[in-house]
Amino acid sequence: MTRRHDATLHVSRREFLTLGVMGLGATSWNVATWRRATLQGPDSLPGTGPSGRLWDPARAGRPLEPVTAADNDAVIQAIEKQLHCTCGCNLDVYTCRTTDFTCAVSPAMHQHVVELAEQGMTGQLIIDQFVREHGVAILMAPPKRGFNLAGYFVPSLLIVAAGVALALVLRRWTRTAAPDAVPARPVAAGTPEELERLRGELDRLSV
Amino acid sequence: MGRHAVFALCGALLVAVVSLEWALFQHDFNVEYVAAYTSRNLPIFYTWSALYAGQKGSLLFWATVLSVFGSLALVLTPRHHRELLPYVAGVVSLVAAFFISVMLFGGANPFQRLPYTPLDGSGLNPQLQNPGMVFHPPMLYLGYISITIPFAFAIAALLSKRLDTDWLVAIRKWTLLSWLFLSIGICLGMWWAYVELGWGGYWAWDPVENASLLPWLTMTAFLHSVMIQEKRGMLKKWNLALIIGSWLLSIFGTFITRSGVISSVHSFTQSNVGYFFLFFLVAAAAASFSLYVTRLPLLMAETRLESIVSREASFLFNNLLFVGIAFSVLWGTLFPILSELVVGTKITVGPPFFNQLNIPLGLALLALTGIGPLIAWRRASIPNLQRQFAVPTTVGVFTALILLVAGMRDFYALMAIALGGFVVGTVVQEFARGARARHRQYGEGYALALGRLLARNRRRYGGYIVHTGMVILFVAFAGMAFKTETEASLRPGESASIKSPYGWTYRLTHLGISQYDALNRQVTAATLEVSRDGKRLGVLTTEKRQHVDGLGRPTFQPSSEVGIRSDLREDLYVVLGGVVNGTEQAVFRFTINPLVWWVWYGGMIVALGGLIVMWPGGAPAAKRAQAGYAVRLVGTEENT
Repeated sequence: MTRRHDATLHVSRREFLTLGVMGLGATSWNVATWRRATLQGPDSLPGTGPSGRLWDPARAGRPLEPVTAADNDAVIQAIEKQLHCTCGCNLDVYTCRTTDFTCAVSPAMHQHVVELAEQGMTGQLIIDQFVREHGVAILMAPPKRGFNLAGYFVPSLLIVAAGVALALVLRRWTRTAAPDAVPARPVAAGTPEELERLRGELDRLSV
Repeated sequence: MGRHAVFALCGALLVAVVSLEWALFQHDFNVEYVAAYTSRNLPIFYTWSALYAGQKGSLLFWATVLSVFGSLALVLTPRHHRELLPYVAGVVSLVAAFFISVMLFGGANPFQRLPYTPLDGSGLNPQLQNPGMVFHPPMLYLGYISITIPFAFAIAALLSKRLDTDWLVAIRKWTLLSWLFLSIGICLGMWWAYVELGWGGYWAWDPVENASLLPWLTMTAFLHSVMIQEKRGMLKKWNLALIIGSWLLSIFGTFITRSGVISSVHSFTQSNVGYFFLFFLVAAAAASFSLYVTRLPLLMAETRLESIVSREASFLFNNLLFVGIAFSVLWGTLFPILSELVVGTKITVGPPFFNQLNIPLGLALLALTGIGPLIAWRRASIPNLQRQFAVPTTVGVFTALILLVAGMRDFYALMAIALGGFVVGTVVQEFARGARARHRQYGEGYALALGRLLARNRRRYGGYIVHTGMVILFVAFAGMAFKTETEASLRPGESASIKSPYGWTYRLTHLGISQYDALNRQVTAATLEVSRDGKRLGVLTTEKRQHVDGLGRPTFQPSSEVGIRSDLREDLYVVLGGVVNGTEQAVFRFTINPLVWWVWYGGMIVALGGLIVMWPGGAPAAKRAQAGYAVRLVGTEENT
């Protein structure tokens, strides 16, 4: 490598190739190291002592309590899925407490469910207790009584009624339809090819 | 004159949009909207989408897109429909004028200036900083807005008393376009909810989700029933009512989204402009239906239904179900208000209520998706029905038997998959018969015959592709019946297990937590090693993000970023809840969601089918079909 009198740097072909190979090697080593680094290993082993503290715990959101057996209890979860979280999230208590970890309402409601269950109350009694405390709006679906029956059955009844009415109207229409000049029943059965061809023609007409 | 007014409106609104984007990209925080929805460190991608992230910007976006669509409709509509165009220009201008009035007089001016200039803006809601939210809102808006064009043509037809089937031909592409945008927008919304909100699902029957579904249902009903009007000259009243109803439902959707009258996860969009929409909705409904009623005598059917066992009748029942489901969703959405008004009791109407009402209706609709194409137009005979139904029914029954033998006992899931088998049987039979006929008639290879079959009758076979996409969606929805979830708090090195519905066991080992700064957020990332039945699958990362502005000040509450490992069978869905006592001991929720990818595949296939249906060209039409053509083809009971 030489510097000429006009201060430009001259690199011979051999030097250029050597530098290229070195650069390629360095890049490959970097990539290999990076690939190894992405396969992150555990920073503490099971049962080897307390975990390290985070650099800035505030960034990780509201501090949480460790998960208990009651948190994963299927009966507790089933009850909580019927109760509406009152934080305004529109979710049930279970989904809210396991989704919106900034919410303080759903963990409190969960705690209340657990306390009532520990007192020996059944699922229905716990739900009834919540209804007494918060009103029926606490339920994810309204109870099937009183005006709520309209909520459950009006759409189905209307659809059934409309279906029956439609069937009757269709029956009347088909009876009063003008008789065809040509009999409706086929006078000859076509081969599948003929029928498919006909179908194609009809489709083309309707495009 | 009216035409030029629409073009001028379009030009002026485009200038307004460019100006707002300019202010967003220039970080002109003196503009209230810019300060409220962006910050200096917001990625460019999301700075662009801030245009429709807030109320005021989305109203401007809506009015602008409407004026663009209106201009395109005026330019692209063939000349023989030109008598309708002045009315179309009038209706589009009226609707656009409403949106502009809300901006100007309803306190929703996106160019409102602040009395001071903040150093930085508040930034964009973290939930909106997701690629899904860049595309989901505009797609839905495009769907909602483009319904205005068919609506404008319907009103034009009513006003001009040109109520033949001709105006339907003019709006065919617009209705398909609108339906396609709505379909894509809804699917993107589901995807966004799944990957961003972290609750482990994609559809929660939230009022705003319901609001997007309502016009989609009525538009889908219209796309079916319009075929009867085109082929037979029937259902004119019904089709007009569906178009008007769809447009009103799109305005209703905006009212629900904007008013906050019903509590929703979309609370970031609420404001008092909702009541302007309520007024507009009532006024538009009254005006449209009054006009409709005065024209009823002109909307008589040109032919009569010949048999209750016909394609026309099956489409009528299909329409009944579409509209019935739309009513059921609307009823459930509004029932809390109704209950409070009638009996003074506040109630909550959540997913259990909607599922109870809509799953049986959805299954009935799925059955009709398979039944409809098997029944001939005009009249079907018993031998024809036997021949048409044999293969699809066998496929459906065999599917049910296989699932029963495999141990599936969830009734609705079983029915969804079995009916899916039936519909797929129908679609495959239709394609197979068509391809075989081409093969025999023209000597084409089967692949070429299939391709040409599709290319020459895009509307029919594209429709079957949409049906296939819907089957895939229903099967994927059924998969959620087998969702499993558990919570665990893990120290680094500790593991938790969760059993998959397929029988294998996932083991998740907490590797540790790292904290670092990214462009506009402070990240706390937990990494887990995942293995299935002892075989290592890789690592998953889930994050807590504290978003900050350009000065490093926190802007929103910390949000969770989900870690998802997907394959065709199921998703492993991991959420970092937080940490215990500031240590690396972290609380996780692990969920296994079966068949989720099939929701996205189903959505893509529906969109693909929709594109095929509306793609221009196809077979040369020897003669444009007119309503009620009176051809009687002897011996042609074959399904057409």
